[in-house]
Amino acid sequence: MSEPVPEELLDVTVTVNDVPRHARVPARRLLSDFLRHDLGLTGTHVGCEHGVCGACTVLVDGAPVRACLMFAVSAQAHAVTTIEGLGTIDAMGPVQQAFTECHGLQCGFCTPGFVTTITAYLEENPDPTQDEAREAISGNLCRCTGYQNIVKSVLRAAEIKAAGS
Amino acid sequence: MKPAPFVHHAPRTVEEAVAVLGRVGHDGKVLAGGQSLIPILNMRLASPAHLVDINRVTGLDAVTVTDEVVRVGALVRHAGLEAHEGAYAASPLLRRALRHVAHPAIRNRGTTVGSIAHADAAGEMPAILALTGGVVEAVGPAGAREIPWHDFFLGALETSLEPDELAVAVRFPRLPAATGTAFAERARRHGDYAIAGAAASVAVADGVVTSARLSFVSVTEVPGVVDVTEAVQGQSPEGIDWSLCDDLIRDHLSPEADIHATAEYRTMLATRLAHLTLAEAASDSIASSAGGSAA
Ligand SMILES: Cc1cc2nc3c(=O)[nH]c(=O)nc-3n(C[C@H](O)[C@H](O)[C@H](O)COP(=O)(O)OP(=O)(O)OC[C@H]3O[C@@H](n4cnc5c(N)ncnc54)[C@H](O)[C@@H]3O)c2cc1C
Ligand code: FES
Ligand code: FES
Repeated sequence: MSEPVPEELLDVTVTVNDVPRHARVPARRLLSDFLRHDLGLTGTHVGCEHGVCGACTVLVDGAPVRACLMFAVSAQAHAVTTIEGLGTIDAMGPVQQAFTECHGLQCGFCTPGFVTTITAYLEENPDPTQDEAREAISGNLCRCTGYQNIVKSVLRAAEIKAAGS
Repeated sequence: MKPAPFVHHAPRTVEEAVAVLGRVGHDGKVLAGGQSLIPILNMRLASPAHLVDINRVTGLDAVTVTDEVVRVGALVRHAGLEAHEGAYAASPLLRRALRHVAHPAIRNRGTTVGSIAHADAAGEMPAILALTGGVVEAVGPAGAREIPWHDFFLGALETSLEPDELAVAVRFPRLPAATGTAFAERARRHGDYAIAGAAASVAVADGVVTSARLSFVSVTEVPGVVDVTEAVQGQSPEGIDWSLCDDLIRDHLSPEADIHATAEYRTMLATRLAHLTLAEAASDSIASSAGGSAA
């Protein structure tokens, strides 16, 4: 078999979790794969690759977007925040802390997308009702928890944030 | 899955974008928010050799409100138009419909012009462009032209935009002051594509209906409008029997069956949503004219 024609590679620099990160990648590299494969930030998970499940949700300039529906080259002028930028095991962010307390995860596959989505949501809506909390997570799928504990986690995260501020 | 290889073009001006589109012809695709195009590329339903990424083109990100229209540039995200207070005041129907377009994370990237260029009859904004009598502003190698909505939507996912043309903006005309509007849809999960949806505009003058029009989501092949005025004209909106419009509505619909609903169910749902939105639009009309005379 003949060798496939090599693809043109582009120098792409994206600010991820406040640090400029660089890699040489083809134009078709999805932001989700750029984060995971090129930068080794495997906290961002990939489920469906067509925008439906929400597992790959990251923050672009603070707003949640699907990393599987954006090319790395398009992210260049922007600041990306992934789950790795929202806390560590020793210093969890309020949403991560709430998920731990409320048993908001089981297998954890969907969790990074929920945490990024909820983090951005609480910036705009610091004191949601139960119905609003449910609405806030309606774009993310979880096959384990049945959502009840995720709704509780949203409300608890709002409390933790309010207490901390 | 992953997209097939393509050459990425990042023009800075409309002229540059149009020049590239002209060069690559049918091998090229405009990339706006990517929220419809990238799923198609990821699934390899399409593999254009060139993507003309318009995200860095200057001058396309404005919402402009005049006495006649709300003009939306090609880089205005659904979320930006939804949050725009001036656009809401001028044409509340825009926000009422935008709230149903996908989930917030998708509205943060997806553009309103892109969803109209995509021309999916399951999309909310093509229906709103039709109901308001809107216009698409296009620029191609031969210059600029304006395409009224009914000349724009040709078939399922098919428009009269040429491959070398860029839609630079759409204009949603503001409806006359005494015209009320409403939007409703039902989906399995809020933010999913609707099983069926309806948008209504109703004008009430001197206590009687003078105009009633509908546009539907997910139950027609092509975005369109059905004028039901003749069925209810001259009646008082109080206690009106909106099912008088049903024959006109059913003639207009061409729903398809899928795993979510049968065609019969979609027709029933769309008809009920039509009654609901017609009634709400009539109340909105009365409220807005009352508000108008009080002010
Ligand atoms: C999970 C999911 C759920 C969704 N749910 C809904 C929903 O309920 N309702 C709904 O309406 N939409 C829904 N969408 C689609 C969303 O609204 C898209 O944002 C929109 O359809 C396309 O806009 P875009 O800017 O992302 O365009 P792109 O994806 O970039 O482009 C779409 C098409 O339009 C062309 N195009 C885009 N802009 C221009 C332009 N300026 N000039 C010429 N051609 C252009 C492109 O070449 C392409 O063919 C959903 C998407 C996802 C992933
Ligand atoms: S992997 Fe991106 S939304 Fe599912
Ligand atoms: S915790 Fe397993 S998918 Fe949500």
